[in-house]
Amino acid sequence: MSDVPIAPGLIEGTAAHPALQSRRLEWVTTVDHKRIGLMYLFATLIFFVVGGLEALLMRLQLAWPGNTFLSPDAYNQVFTMHGTTMIFLVVVPLLLGLANYFTPLMIGARDMALPRLNAFSFWVFVFGGILLYLSFLSGHAPDAGWFSYTPLSGKAFSTRSGVDYWALSLLGIGAGTIATAINLIVTIVNLRTNGMTFRRLPLFVWMVFVNSFLIIAALPALNASLAMLLIDRQLNAHFFNELGGGDPVLWQHYFWSFGHPEVYIMVLPAFGIISEVVPVFSRKPIFGYGFVAASTVAIALLSLGVWAHHMFVVGLGHPWDYTFGASSLLIAVPTGVKIFNWIATMWGGSIRLTTSMLFALAFLFSFTIGGLTGVTFAAFPLDWQTTDSYYVVAHMHYVLFGGTLFAVMAGIYYWFPKMSGRMLSESWGRLHFWLMFVGFHLTFFVQHILGLDGMPRRVYTYPDRPGWAVMNMISTIGAFVLGLSVVVLLANIAGSLRSGPIAGDNPWNAWTLEWATTSPPPEHNFDLVPPVRGRRPLWDLAHPERSQV
Amino acid sequence: MRRFDTAKLAVAVFIASEAVFFAFLIIAYIYYSGATVTGPNAANSLDPARTLVFTVCLLASSGTMWMAERRLASAQATAFRVWLGATILLGTAFMAGQALEYAGLISRTVVPERNLFAATFFTLTGFHGFHVVCGLVALIALFIMAFVRSFGRSEISGVAAISMYWHFVDAVWIFIFSLIYLTVWL
Ligand SMILES: [Cu+2]
Repeated sequence: MSDVPIAPGLIEGTAAHPALQSRRLEWVTTVDHKRIGLMYLFATLIFFVVGGLEALLMRLQLAWPGNTFLSPDAYNQVFTMHGTTMIFLVVVPLLLGLANYFTPLMIGARDMALPRLNAFSFWVFVFGGILLYLSFLSGHAPDAGWFSYTPLSGKAFSTRSGVDYWALSLLGIGAGTIATAINLIVTIVNLRTNGMTFRRLPLFVWMVFVNSFLIIAALPALNASLAMLLIDRQLNAHFFNELGGGDPVLWQHYFWSFGHPEVYIMVLPAFGIISEVVPVFSRKPIFGYGFVAASTVAIALLSLGVWAHHMFVVGLGHPWDYTFGASSLLIAVPTGVKIFNWIATMWGGSIRLTTSMLFALAFLFSFTIGGLTGVTFAAFPLDWQTTDSYYVVAHMHYVLFGGTLFAVMAGIYYWFPKMSGRMLSESWGRLHFWLMFVGFHLTFFVQHILGLDGMPRRVYTYPDRPGWAVMNMISTIGAFVLGLSVVVLLANIAGSLRSGPIAGDNPWNAWTLEWATTSPPPEHNFDLVPPVRGRRPLWDLAHPERSQV
Repeated sequence: MRRFDTAKLAVAVFIASEAVFFAFLIIAYIYYSGATVTGPNAANSLDPARTLVFTVCLLASSGTMWMAERRLASAQATAFRVWLGATILLGTAFMAGQALEYAGLISRTVVPERNLFAATFFTLTGFHGFHVVCGLVALIALFIMAFVRSFGRSEISGVAAISMYWHFVDAVWIFIFSLIYLTVWL
């Protein structure tokens, strides 16, 4: 933007390697939302590699029937650590990191409302993650699955300290997540620049805003459950122990009161990324802005009332099954509305197939499949057949990997130039995209069939039933293709940081405020925030005669 | 554009999340209240009359906090310190009462592992007590600050935010007291 003054010395790549230039101490003590955002991305990248290696260990063990690469005990630890890592140490903090970096920029603010609380949240997350992995040093990682069902996770059946590490670490991370949500809400309410009304708020910020309320409503349920579990384990109470009159099913109710909203906590900001990327690369404003925002609120509200769809096999009774089946079906409506909005945005647009846009399209395709298999679980007789099978594993990865992670990749390729000042390589990006897309579907599509054929999840091996060996081998090969795609991504990031083309302020010709400052932005973000008179402030700036809302 | 006081808004959202947390502990207490058949229960282990005295202390501390805030608003520094000090004393008295109650219960081996009444009781009142202690730490910090520097706008909004939190902790206690102790008299 030629009419936005640029701080001297910030454009010619001198600030392209902030990580290399600055002393480490400056990063440790920083309260700048951009640095905290980058540290979130860096930490989650490390945890992503670790969680991915755990997945590869599992796929190696499952490559053929009767394999003895991992012992049953090791396998239990690895699948528990993989799930816990990916959910609590990768997806949620990754989205919080992006929210941290871009929320203040997109609303024209200088920083988050509570910068020191922001740093606290980040460091609590890092130490929570380290605490979880210290469990390996104690000799035994947690092995009761990422939802640690009682009584399995109780003292009687998990005698070692793995579950204690698990619960303590998640308690700390949970507290940090709540602090971040508070911070984001206060920031979005208080620090929007003049003219940035809620009807003009970028949709990513809208979703982050709604998501923060969902965190406020859901995370305390996890913290309360973890506290009770720890009291059971450390003080020998009987909350979840039926021998002392307790009720293991209460754990399931409490955990999923958090756990289902958590699914949307992991997906709403991803919807936000797609709602930014798709319009920019279709050269059209989003179709039905109001519907996209309102359906997000609807999803958040509905998501608080569907938890027992994870518990159809408990035997809650038909009235409950019908109630939770129906409410779960309902949630498909606002989600479907969004899919139509994105497709309608692309319709008739002049689509630019950048790597970012390719990932957005891959998101639409994969997430729709994951959404549809999700609907089949709401029909609880089907759930009785498929629960705890590989069908669930396939569904969940189509939502979280094919959905959220593809959206995050779209966001990374879209925003990397802003964060680093340099473009990612599009040709490496394309290679990354195709490897990841093909690897993902290779890995997880066959798992639908395996699950329908009755292969149970969380079991370290399987019998040589017709087709199982072949399909599992396909899945394992796919997983290694995925692993390769991550290597390509890392190479692309490393290479582009060093010698990628200089991005300039606004390489995509995008419309939201983060593109109105330098890449990367100076510490104070903006020398001058452009006036906001509509939803696309930079478009309005370029077309003063045709300003529209 | 600044639309709300940052500290107050942040604490308001924080209180919302704390309310959810306590709601889950309270539901667990109610859910298990019918499950205890033998051993300690509220009727045979608790002393509602004595707890009522300490409850009055905590409620009074909400009143003194409110007075402190009003004195601060009218720039009466000494009166502010007096009311703030009174709030701290009343809050400490409440905690002393809880410590006394816990000591008595534990000496009669009423501990979380005994039965579900004990577990839910200690969990709910224990987390409440922890919140009172956190509030006291914040109040004491304010008290010390009140002697070493004069309060400007940001300190005043900090006082307002801590005061909101303090009233919330009191309100939770009214709920807990009614649920656990008052029902003994029904
Ligand atoms: Cu769910």
